Amino acid sequence: MTVLDVRGLDAHYGHLQALFGIDLTLDDGETLAVIGANGAGKTTLLRAVMGQVPADGGILLGGTSLAGLRPHERVRAGVTMVPEGRKLFPSLSVAETLQVGAAPGAWDLDAVYELFPNIPLLRGRPAGALSGGEQQAVAIGRGLMANPRVLLLDEVSLGLAPVVVGRLYEALATIGKAGLTMIVVEQDVGQALSLAGRVHCLRAGRTVLTAAAGDVTAADVTSAYFGGGV
Amino acid sequence: MTWVNAIVQGILLGGVYALFACGLSLVFGVLRIVNLAHGDLTVLAAFLAVVVTGAFGVPPVVALVVVVPVLAALGYVLQRTLLQRSLAAGELAPLLVTFGLSIVIQNALLQVFSADTRTLPTGAFGTASLAIGGDLAVGWLALITLLVAVAVLAGLQFVLARTALGRSMRATSDDPETAQLMGLDDRRVHAAATAIALGTVALAGIFYGMRGTFTPTLGPQLLIFAFEAVIIGGLGSLWGTLLGGLVLGMAQTLGAQIQPSYGVLAGHLVFLLVLAVRPQGLLRTASRR
Repeated sequence: MTVLDVRGLDAHYGHLQALFGIDLTLDDGETLAVIGANGAGKTTLLRAVMGQVPADGGILLGGTSLAGLRPHERVRAGVTMVPEGRKLFPSLSVAETLQVGAAPGAWDLDAVYELFPNIPLLRGRPAGALSGGEQQAVAIGRGLMANPRVLLLDEVSLGLAPVVVGRLYEALATIGKAGLTMIVVEQDVGQALSLAGRVHCLRAGRTVLTAAAGDVTAADVTSAYFGGGV
Repeated sequence: MTWVNAIVQGILLGGVYALFACGLSLVFGVLRIVNLAHGDLTVLAAFLAVVVTGAFGVPPVVALVVVVPVLAALGYVLQRTLLQRSLAAGELAPLLVTFGLSIVIQNALLQVFSADTRTLPTGAFGTASLAIGGDLAVGWLALITLLVAVAVLAGLQFVLARTALGRSMRATSDDPETAQLMGLDDRRVHAAATAIALGTVALAGIFYGMRGTFTPTLGPQLLIFAFEAVIIGGLGSLWGTLLGGLVLGMAQTLGAQIQPSYGVLAGHLVFLLVLAVRPQGLLRTASRR
């Protein structure tokens, strides 16, 4: 069953068009990797789904259009984003950060603490005082606590050591196995292919490749996003 | 003994300033707006109390039951209409809008109530005092004002630190855009903060009106005192606001002890001194954000 259906999505920053007619669908429980170079429009795509940049075209969540809804209303409709750069709240402790957008559902504090076993030890600390990897875990936990139907993750691996990224991707695999539908925006093609069922490759705001992850190699994807074609 | 008395009276006066200042502090902390109409809204609350006490023949304290909810509702509406729009138009717009609001309120009050000096009737209670040893005495009204200020600040601190609403306010203050991604409606959070702030403004206006006299054009003067209390204590720190109010109050009474006309000046000088030596305020560490 299709959970998220994006049709002919255009997005603009002022006069600059950032996305050109993007189509993508996401089935229930599926993980889609959106891959592309800097400036390809990956983040813009997520922000357009969340209503943070103006966009034309259709965005349907569970068959219902998100058009005209403000970001917090889209969260209530069932889509949440883990933004690039974590964007934790400096005035909130780790526990408060996890609770700030909490909605009833399978992902509660216990479930998040089980997923990231070192987070409970840090729950009283200001979220900004953690290491990068810990901050990213808290940011993912904060998104999960909203119990969305679709979770958008923007550049989870950015600025983190490979061993930390590996651990975060193990957690994302666990989340995927638990049945959550995800879009993962990533520059690390290898990690993305290991996690996702399908890849959607963007270049200069246009779709250049969409395929099942098993049907393409990292080299195919890289060549597509640098403009080589497949 | 007169110096000790000056300090005691300064602390009591500081209670009023702290009560003025906490609404200004809250609105700045959550919305990042310096509300230039803050003093005029305080005066508006005092005049509303004049109307309520006049119409129903009740003491000013009872008028609180009407004036606090009315001001809180006014705050909610003000935020949802004027202020939220101005926030979207850049940093200068809210300053201009609240400055305009200040002028509108002053002139409306002048139109309705004339320029006469008013006070809120307190009867014998207004002059009753409590002897605290030696030849020192503190006025009951002043003491209660201070206690109310402490209670209001403690209450606000509790709401901000311990409740879901406070958590939403802090998150929205830190990063409104990301707060929306967590499902928080920044407009409602802002409106709730403004409503609470104007509720405290109503309290401040009525207690000030009982302790002294006021005119429709007093607002800017009150704004300066509130502003000084907030800055002395440290922007964004509620306990700092209480401390700032007390320091300002003591500076004024000690200054007046030296020479009666030096009171307000001494307060301003302490404010300038804090700005020069410790611009982040007494209770705030410079590196916090």
